[in-house]
Amino acid sequence: MTRVASEALLEQDLASMKQLRGSLLEGRGLKSRIYTGLTWAMAILASLPLFSVLYMLIAKGGARINLETLTELPPAAFEFGGGIGPAIVGTAVMVAIGSAISIPIGILAAIYLAEVDPYSKLAETARFLAKVLTGFPSILAGVFVYAVLVVAMKSYSAWAGGIALAVLMLPTIILTAEEALKQVPQKMKDAAYGMGCTRAQVVAAVTLPTGMPGVITGVLLAVAGAAGESAPLLFTALFSTYFINGLEGLGQPTASLSILIYNFSGMPYDNQIELAWAASLVLVLIILVFNILARVLGRQKF
Amino acid sequence: MASNPFAHVVSKFSGPPSASDYAVDKALRIIVQGAAAVILLLVAYIVFELGRQAFPAMLSFGPGFLVGTEWNVQQGVFGILPEIWGTLYSSLLALFIGGIFGVAIAIFLTQDFLDHRLSNVFRTIVEMLAAIPSVVYGLWGIYVLIPLIRPGAEWLHDTFGWFPLFGTDLSGPGMAPAALVLAVMILPTVAAISVDAFRRVPYKVKEAAYGMGTTRWEAILKVMLPTASSGILAALVLGFGRALGETMALAMLIGNSNQISLSLFAPANTLASLLASSFPEAGPVEVQALMFAALALLAITLIVNVLGLWVMKAATRKFEGKA
Repeated sequence: MTRVASEALLEQDLASMKQLRGSLLEGRGLKSRIYTGLTWAMAILASLPLFSVLYMLIAKGGARINLETLTELPPAAFEFGGGIGPAIVGTAVMVAIGSAISIPIGILAAIYLAEVDPYSKLAETARFLAKVLTGFPSILAGVFVYAVLVVAMKSYSAWAGGIALAVLMLPTIILTAEEALKQVPQKMKDAAYGMGCTRAQVVAAVTLPTGMPGVITGVLLAVAGAAGESAPLLFTALFSTYFINGLEGLGQPTASLSILIYNFSGMPYDNQIELAWAASLVLVLIILVFNILARVLGRQKF
Repeated sequence: MASNPFAHVVSKFSGPPSASDYAVDKALRIIVQGAAAVILLLVAYIVFELGRQAFPAMLSFGPGFLVGTEWNVQQGVFGILPEIWGTLYSSLLALFIGGIFGVAIAIFLTQDFLDHRLSNVFRTIVEMLAAIPSVVYGLWGIYVLIPLIRPGAEWLHDTFGWFPLFGTDLSGPGMAPAALVLAVMILPTVAAISVDAFRRVPYKVKEAAYGMGTTRWEAILKVMLPTASSGILAALVLGFGRALGETMALAMLIGNSNQISLSLFAPANTLASLLASSFPEAGPVEVQALMFAALALLAITLIVNVLGLWVMKAATRKFEGKA
């Protein structure tokens, strides 16, 4: 009898506990919790590819990184060993050519957009087209430069590759530099104007030096992006298994890390595939270094 | 009286600007104006040059080029319908997956699920996804993703083979691995623009929702999401535009097969990967056809991107001066 009574009591307790907890585990509260769990799962799932890529780069590429790999010529089909030296040099040279063209034009255009005539028709159009160009398929930059330069010069070349990269870097530099220059406090410029400075003096002495960290951030991001580009290099620089040979060599087909990865990834030889991973590791490291530098510099805000 | 401590500055800048100062100022104006004009000229030149290069092909192949399904260099028959189909299909699949994840992550990052520091870590992870080059994703797709999804794909084909989406076997490269990698690649774009869209919603809107007694998710789904919807739409359109033009990963993963199939596991092709795989070895007639294909790609991406920017502008304007 007492046993039955205590069991009944216990059941009552359980029932009331369920009722209390019901607010969290039933109906609206439960739905909210399920959604939260789902979002967590999605965020974690979305970050898996990055960790998987990084793991593969370190495991597969890291195993192959040594001085020989970094400096020697790529191997032919059945050869063993070899390296990615010409591709590293080629990527660096073409990114340098691209930077030399796009950085000055980009910063000057940004000065116009941010400081000289921000609301003019030209500025509005340029800003809009720069945004359109950032969403422009990079392969079309390659097709364009092929049509204009490669056909005229009758050869694939580092020049053509660098110019194709410049086309892709320009909009990024313009837009980020404009943002950076706009952040320079108006008071600082007003003080300079108050002293009787011309606009050119204000730009040279106040706007550019103050906005420089932000401008450099944009430049670094553009350089990192260009280093990883491959589609535009396919028809402009093509590929080469040799180092660039002096200034004249800039007029000839040129190796790059990204095209080496593309070419070697589909080969049925383990040696080439290992080199593709090693080249990927080098490329991603270069890009990450530039990204981290950009992030560190970009942190300085007013 | 002590001498003026600003003497060195005053000596340089005081007094009205000299004639040479005016000249420098004028020169700067002209130079920067010219630099800004470069981007206009560049876009105009690109459109003009691609049009000019494609013109002979437009004359000889006509509009049939856009609906033809054959690509035969020997017979000089060229058509890009399978590539247009593959471009749109792969991008839509990627947008579906990347869109859901991108918006979910934007909610995750902006709606106080994480403390500040952890949220920054996640943001960095998403940004780093964008920093990995396309070819590296291609390589990863070949050696990690395809082996990973193959068992699932085989099971789906064996069990639901009657359903058109699973109508063929995954032989290796194909639509599914291509679309998955594409989804990873557009995720950062969608997430970043959606984050901006959520940030633009005034905090009062959410407070009002909580004041009505909503749970956190009711506030997010019924109040925040609709309010930010135009910005999210812009994120999706721009992500779609990005997917349309992606080249290398697709050239490596989609199989470069000239066919139209609904199946997720069939090999296919896109405009960009057609260009990448055929261009370097093409003869003069094929180059003309490829230029026509490039023009088609340019037209599609320009329309989508301009549409996206336009939606974004409208979305931004919605909250300006209202907060």
